Amino acid sequence: MTGGPAIQALPGATSATETSAIETRGLSKRFGRQMAVDSIDLSVPRGSVFGFLGPNGCGKTTTIRMLLGLASATNGSITLLGQDIPARLRDVLPGVGALVEGPAFYPFLSGAANLHRLDTADRHAPSATRRQRIHEALDRVGLSHAAGKKVKAYSLGMKQRLGIANALLAPRELLILDEPTNGLDPQGTREVRSLVRSLAAGGTTVFVSSHLLAEVEQICTHAAVMSAGRIVAQGTLSDLRRAGHVQLKVITPDVGAAQGVLARLGLEPAVGRQDGADGQVTAEFPVDAVSPEEIAAALVGGGVRLRGFLVEGSTLEERFVALTGEGFEVEQ
Amino acid sequence: MLVALAGIPVLIALAVRLTSRVPSGRGPAFLDRIAENGLFAAVTGLLVSIPLFLPLTVGVVAGDTIAGEAGLGTLKYLLAAPAGRVRLLLAKYVGAAVFCLSAVLAVALSGMAIGALLFPVRPVTLLSGDTVSVGEAMVRVLLIAGYITVSLLGMAAVGLFLSTLTDVPVGAMAATIVVAIVSQVLDNLPQLEWLHPWLLSHYWLGFADLLRQPPSFDNFASNAWLQLGYIAVFGALAYGRFTTKDVLS
Ligand SMILES: Nc1ncnc2c1ncn2[C@@H]1O[C@H](COP(=O)(O)OP(=O)(O)O)[C@@H](O)[C@H]1O
Ligand SMILES: [Mg+2]
Repeated sequence: MTGGPAIQALPGATSATETSAIETRGLSKRFGRQMAVDSIDLSVPRGSVFGFLGPNGCGKTTTIRMLLGLASATNGSITLLGQDIPARLRDVLPGVGALVEGPAFYPFLSGAANLHRLDTADRHAPSATRRQRIHEALDRVGLSHAAGKKVKAYSLGMKQRLGIANALLAPRELLILDEPTNGLDPQGTREVRSLVRSLAAGGTTVFVSSHLLAEVEQICTHAAVMSAGRIVAQGTLSDLRRAGHVQLKVITPDVGAAQGVLARLGLEPAVGRQDGADGQVTAEFPVDAVSPEEIAAALVGGGVRLRGFLVEGSTLEERFVALTGEGFEVEQ
Repeated sequence: MLVALAGIPVLIALAVRLTSRVPSGRGPAFLDRIAENGLFAAVTGLLVSIPLFLPLTVGVVAGDTIAGEAGLGTLKYLLAAPAGRVRLLLAKYVGAAVFCLSAVLAVALSGMAIGALLFPVRPVTLLSGDTVSVGEAMVRVLLIAGYITVSLLGMAAVGLFLSTLTDVPVGAMAATIVVAIVSQVLDNLPQLEWLHPWLLSHYWLGFADLLRQPPSFDNFASNAWLQLGYIAVFGALAYGRFTTKDVLS
């Protein structure tokens, strides 16, 4: 653990499996001696847009492979859409669209022909509506004009779009998108975001991984932050924001009195910069201990002349960096 | 590949046509008989394709089945579709088997066509000395094609298994072809007589009995049982490997 308490978004395992699109317990994957995924408990509520965040090499793709039954778990259990994985894979997968670590296609077939081949592989996909569904999926990702072009002539961004189109071939309950904005230009990134929003509005749960918080922060309702195979924080976005340290800053000439009042409330005040007559007293405080308005009232009641009063949470970006580290080192 | 295979009897027939006289007893069996009866272009084409050309193409196709998808990265999307691992494996094997049949038919049909084009086609004198009509002779050629197709099915199963072991298709293709060639080499070592009946390629050239009157199907049956054994063993290995494999490409 590199910091911060893990926050559980949902209580109780039994009730959670009904309301959860994805639920894992102690999920682990070992490669040789390395724990690529180390006992993670994911809880993705149905209907959420869930950001799965973490730096390169932290184990996001490996987790997604286990969710889809591509790789077996070394330990732990998975429930997808209420069903056990891998036991019920065949029943669950038709309702799941996925993009896993980059798109992959037959270079000598056209985009539409590739989708046709993948859709044929799904026994449950009705062939009567196939052309129509392929057309709609290509249209959704803005590839209609290149549908007949061979994939080897596609740019990286076009392949990425085709990969997303594949995930959208059928109506899905759950979409699992592994770094969907890789290789896309800013315009493409915006399009993916609005696509995810519209899918979520239609009731699809979207599980989207990214190593860039900024790419998904605007669209997510929930997130989990992963670092070196472990989940270091999880919950709604506002939970995550609040879980960052919140700092209280009081500006007053009565520095001593303010310290006294704050100490009596159970905080640990520190004296900051002196600016003319006014001094600064700062303190970190746990979210649920005392509310800011109680503190303000106590200060005023204690005869402290309040000239400034500020409660400031760290940004999610700061929190993300604090949790995962900022260096260029790829996690091993 | 099918075009290349179809080209083999064409090459042979053209060579025979252009060199007017083939000294009998040299070159592949039946070579000297093409000029007198075009149907032998098909038989000769099949005969020269068996040791190398057919195993080569079957090795490429069978080795590519799973490893090719893994190498491209499309395997994960097929499985996520979901194609179902067992179903995908079966579909891939059926595809390889269909290729075996098409490959052999490509040689046989192009051989009959080019033979008919360049040489006279007349009733055929069989190895037993009996003479059969052109129609009957063509049926015999197709029987031989069926025999050779069956011969290749075991090898296709070996290739399917090797293909589940790697994400590098070229590796699986090469390994499959090596298996076929090693099997033929071993089959030629008299010291290993006890092993011969179990070798993949043991009956590959044993279709001469189909050119007697009446045709003898003993070899056909032994060959079919042997190939079925290979299909069962390597099919089971491929199943065991592929259904438990982590798809990480
Ligand atoms: N096939 C593999 N064999 C061995 N180690 C692997 C394999 N795939 C991934 N890993 C290791 O597992 C860790 C997590 O990888 P991955 O899940 O791809 O990370 P992410 O998707 O978060 O960038 C990495 O340290 C990587 O080196
Ligand atoms: Mg990844």
